[in-house]
Amino acid sequence: MSEEPSEQTNIPPNPELISRRQFFNRLILALLAVGGVLMGIPFIGFLFEPLIRKFTPVWRPVGAVDKFPIGSTTDVSFVDANPLSWSGVTANSAAWLRRDSETQFTAFSVNCTHLGCPVRWVAGSQLFMCPCHGGVYNKNGEVVAGPPPLPLPRYPVRVNNGQVEIQASPVPITAPFSLP
Amino acid sequence: MSLFIRLWNEFDDRAGFSGTLLPVIRHPVPPRLGWEYVLGSATLISFTIQVLTGIALALMYVPSAAEAYNSLQFITNNAAFGSVLRGIHFFSASAMILFVGAHAIRTFLTGAFKYPRELNWISGTVLLLLTVTMGFTGQLLRWDQTAVWTAIVAAEQAGRIPLIGKSLAYFLLGGENVGGATLSRFYAFHVFFVPALIFALLGLHLFLVIYHGISEPAKPGKPVSPKTYRTEYSQMLKDRGVPFWPDAAWKDAIFSTLATIVVVVLAIIVGAPALSLPPNPSIVGAVPRPDWYLLWVFALFALMPPAIENVAIFLLPLLGIGIFVLTPFFSNKGERSPLRRPWAVGIVIIIVVMVASMTIAGAQAPWSPDFAAKPLPVSIIGTSSGPVYQGAQLFYEKGCEYCHMISGQGGSRGPNLTTVGTRLTKNDIIIRIVNGGVNMPAFGGSLTSQELSDLVAFLQSRK
Ligand code: FES
Repeated sequence: MSEEPSEQTNIPPNPELISRRQFFNRLILALLAVGGVLMGIPFIGFLFEPLIRKFTPVWRPVGAVDKFPIGSTTDVSFVDANPLSWSGVTANSAAWLRRDSETQFTAFSVNCTHLGCPVRWVAGSQLFMCPCHGGVYNKNGEVVAGPPPLPLPRYPVRVNNGQVEIQASPVPITAPFSLP
Repeated sequence: MSLFIRLWNEFDDRAGFSGTLLPVIRHPVPPRLGWEYVLGSATLISFTIQVLTGIALALMYVPSAAEAYNSLQFITNNAAFGSVLRGIHFFSASAMILFVGAHAIRTFLTGAFKYPRELNWISGTVLLLLTVTMGFTGQLLRWDQTAVWTAIVAAEQAGRIPLIGKSLAYFLLGGENVGGATLSRFYAFHVFFVPALIFALLGLHLFLVIYHGISEPAKPGKPVSPKTYRTEYSQMLKDRGVPFWPDAAWKDAIFSTLATIVVVVLAIIVGAPALSLPPNPSIVGAVPRPDWYLLWVFALFALMPPAIENVAIFLLPLLGIGIFVLTPFFSNKGERSPLRRPWAVGIVIIIVVMVASMTIAGAQAPWSPDFAAKPLPVSIIGTSSGPVYQGAQLFYEKGCEYCHMISGQGGSRGPNLTTVGTRLTKNDIIIRIVNGGVNMPAFGGSLTSQELSDLVAFLQSRK
């Protein structure tokens, strides 16, 4: 049925021919490998581009100092550090901002350290509560109940020209066994 | 008519269908295959529906972080057939997950994964995992508030993987934050990467079904022996085999058609899954939940002891998936019938009961504070003034009600306090509130002594 010359039928044991065939065999594999590398490097490189892209933290204003009563904790929103121009509303992030004194502010990440859900500030009980698996943090972001393994991360915050500014940072990922 | 037949014959002569494809669909199968054999084809049909409805939705869906939500609103509310198409895509995805799961259970229970069909099982289990991946990435393409937080939850889970965790997390998000790249990536995974893998493995899986033949119904007392199985199987086909098409395929056709009707009817009656708020990560009032088939994982994350979780979050899936995929390596010969394999039956029952009960738990999420709780009405409080009334207001304002239920209102995180006045003395109540308990934070610091005494008065009145 098949028309390939088969080794048993009409081909005499010719060592030279066999090595020719071996050569073609290897040539094809080598060409495939060349093609694979030529395609593969840009493909893989592009796939991992987000890891190669440089991240530079940026200070973002979140409101005038007077807007925040001393002792209050409010949610503030700001634009991510290096948003792609087509991000739309997804370029926003939030933080819980507490005014500690005239000049002191503390900014907590809204991301629960368990699996990242957005924690809510419940002013009445002075607690951050997570809507996902029942994590609870006290007003300083320390875990008081539920599965979160770490306190709420904090963002750098400063007062600049009467404006409170938060340093837009990467979304905090709890990665206990990761390389730094 | 005869012209048509002549044309077909000429075409077939050049195309070679009757010579190549016909023998494949008419390949001999064991006689009298039961209804349990329709699950594989039902999975295939629901996958086909997914491909078709997916292509249709792609006509209008805009895979852009800024625009996807609007395009989905348009598809759902304005486009003719849009809501139904989305509904079919959703319910058929659910059907596919049910069928692929049932197919795996059937294959496991009847020992059909044993020699020589080990590779059928392995390719099938990978297909099952890819199906769930499709479901998960598909929920993300809904690109509403829930989807955005689902992306973050996925990244956080990836973060627990040793060494590469953090990089993997940002790899999934397409950057250090959710943003323009996130949706495009998940779109590419959902529409190109994962389907390509599915097509490849499906090809292998179907080829193997033809190559090894459909497993004969398991008979107790008729163990698989790798030495003789193949000879016996081909002898049996020779003696009693029937052509798959149409002798066995009619059952597949009936079942798949019924399933498709159910999917379409559900899509028409229930419609497309609702979109929540826009995908703005700065709206913090989100309550992210996975679609139903992953609720059990969601429950697992809430119920797992926190002490082991950092390790368990990546080790458990690794172990579970490993054992699942490699099942044939633990036993690939011997009895096939579930009647002779009580352990196999036991394992299936345990897994099904566990997944089902955790799915229910996940749907109710009693561990989550109930942020939707409303202040208690006077009818429940029993008075509209005085310390008891004040205490009831505090019970709401201080967030107690998010976790504690009273007379059917409030969360289920902590004990129900409807009759706490009969269980605890005044002192007990004070101690619990001030110091907290197992999973309850201490409220001593956030209550004045007046507030505390009002709250206690209210709780004592709950009898
Ligand atoms: S994400 Fe907050 S408790 Fe799980």
